[in-house]
Amino acid sequence: MPKSTDKNGSYKTAQLRAEWDKRRESIEKKSPPRPIRFTTLSDMEVPLLCTPEDLEKIDFDYERELGFPGEYPYTRGVQHNMYRGKLWTMRQFAGFSSPTETNKRFKMLLEQGQTGLSTAFDMPTLMGYDCDSPKSLGEVGKCGVSVSSLEDMEELFQGIPLGDVTTSMTINGPAIVILAMYYAMAEKQGVPNAKIRGTLQNDILKEYIAQKEWLFPIAPAVKCVIDTIEYGTKNYPNWNTVSISGYHIREAGATAVQELAFTLADGMAYVEESIKRGMDVDDFAPRLSFFFDVHNDFFEEIAKFRAARRIWARMMKDRYHAKSPKSWMLRTHAQTAGVSLTAQQPVNNVVRVAIQAMAGVLGGVNSLHTNSMDETLALPTDESVLVALRTQQILAEESGIANYADPLGGSYLVEALTHKVEQEALEYIKKIDDMGGMIKAVEEGYPQAEIANSAYRFQRQLESKDKVMVGVNRYQSVEKKRTMDTLYIDRSVGVRQADKLKALKQRRNASVVTRCLEQVKTDAATGKNLMPSIIEAVKAYATLQEVCDTLRGVYGEYRGDDKY
Amino acid sequence: MTNPISKRNKIRVLIAKPGLDGHDRGAKVIARALRDAGFEVIYTGLHQTPEMIVQAAIQEDVHVVGLSILSGAHNALVPEVINGVRGAGLVDTLFLVGGIIPDEDFEGLKKAGSHMVFTPGTSLEEIINYIDKHAPQR
Repeated sequence: MPKSTDKNGSYKTAQLRAEWDKRRESIEKKSPPRPIRFTTLSDMEVPLLCTPEDLEKIDFDYERELGFPGEYPYTRGVQHNMYRGKLWTMRQFAGFSSPTETNKRFKMLLEQGQTGLSTAFDMPTLMGYDCDSPKSLGEVGKCGVSVSSLEDMEELFQGIPLGDVTTSMTINGPAIVILAMYYAMAEKQGVPNAKIRGTLQNDILKEYIAQKEWLFPIAPAVKCVIDTIEYGTKNYPNWNTVSISGYHIREAGATAVQELAFTLADGMAYVEESIKRGMDVDDFAPRLSFFFDVHNDFFEEIAKFRAARRIWARMMKDRYHAKSPKSWMLRTHAQTAGVSLTAQQPVNNVVRVAIQAMAGVLGGVNSLHTNSMDETLALPTDESVLVALRTQQILAEESGIANYADPLGGSYLVEALTHKVEQEALEYIKKIDDMGGMIKAVEEGYPQAEIANSAYRFQRQLESKDKVMVGVNRYQSVEKKRTMDTLYIDRSVGVRQADKLKALKQRRNASVVTRCLEQVKTDAATGKNLMPSIIEAVKAYATLQEVCDTLRGVYGEYRGDDKY
Repeated sequence: MTNPISKRNKIRVLIAKPGLDGHDRGAKVIARALRDAGFEVIYTGLHQTPEMIVQAAIQEDVHVVGLSILSGAHNALVPEVINGVRGAGLVDTLFLVGGIIPDEDFEGLKKAGSHMVFTPGTSLEEIINYIDKHAPQR
């Protein structure tokens, strides 16, 4: 039956809608809409109302676009019973000061009901420098935990049975070395490989795009990522080898659509490189996971998560010919938007985080980090971290939203918005394809420039009050002084860590270290998979920087550009 | 004394990212806004040591140095840059610091020679006005 003649359907609604529009317009003549632009946070024009004709316009087909939870194309989520089966993993990112201090925070979070660990490393560690390097001046333990050797790693996880927790590690440039330390430590704890569960961020492309913590030029850096995928796929069946991350892309200023498109394009690049290495897509794709931001614009974010799953499922099935449903599923962690937090009136941040977290849950995320209210001031205190965790627990166990799978599915607005976000992301992906793929696009600085433009536009919109941040450009308090206790990391941490490292270097067998590093060098030069030789090196207590310097010697260093 | 807007193109501003911190969103937005406002802007790029920044400041003979730090390493890095630039004879240079800077560090940074610390939420206009008012006239 042609839809236009459906007596209960669109023809009638279209007519009724047109009549209603007329009535609305005449009312608006007397009381006009507020004189602002009605757009999403990412500046997407949005309608006041959606009706069945909006779905007809996009040729919406339930089975094709949605299907059912746990089934292709996973728009409605990757589990059949969603949060009834297992709540999302509540995973608060933590790391500061020395490994011993962070170990205490980990244990506190586990005692308070957190279900997974997530490690933040300090800047020197992220850049592959030891705590005693001159480059580490003032940075040790500041915005993450300092790890220079396997000894630090052992202190970090002391008393935490690695077979019973899942661990996420946010590190990229030297990810292969930190992963080697984790594997080595697990082996020492006697945990079987199959019980090692967790995620390494290991997404180097988004470093060049957004976070800018890089070591080597792009090609060898991607090669290291593929080494970890290859090694992990063979030896650690339950380890997520890469967490393809949009978070940093968004935080650097991207729109929701740019975040989605660039992240998926990064993922496609890893898939293509792994296939080129000779791996079967269904062997490695199930262990790729994702990490998105969840920002203030409630419906835009929900649409983004739903579109992400649909695009990825189709891409994996149609473009890369994956046959296993596990390869089609986009499993994702999400973190509330750090950039949305305000230093002004910081308690307001609790509310922002709650709204964002709710969007994440309604968007069907698998794991979530909620930011703490004081994170624009410093690293979070124990108290504020607890409020953030409690926010998730309230959503999970009081709000009732965890009872439903994709409760907003079928909403005219949410479906229309999901479609729009999806189409705009696909346009970007097409453009990147035309440039020769994401690695080429990044080399040419394309996503970097797009993000910088969006960041600048947003700042301009804040200045003109076109976009509002409560407490910053509207509703500022007269009270100027911030009153909040913050966590302070003093500089003695760097000194203590450096002393410890010095003692370790005296204790270890220097000739074994030298021999192991020689092997790393040889393997890097000949293009072999680096994982085995790096594991041996860290077991001999070669330091992070010693391994990274060896690789820098072979690969060279990446220098960013200074375009703005 | 306030610099008239027409003089902005005579004012050279160095925007720099000291240390290992890769968060360059703010630095790039500021650099572009200052350029659009008419200043001559030099952006160092990322991962600069204090010595590299001092060298750039001297070479470009800048009036203003803006340091963007979000990693918590400001107390160690800012004094090094200021001492280096002043030591090289650019004694009237205006030093601005931006980023995640806890209140309790403001005083120390001022003592070290920073003229102003801009924290998140500062408008571009405020920064531009401040430079108009305080950049040295040479």
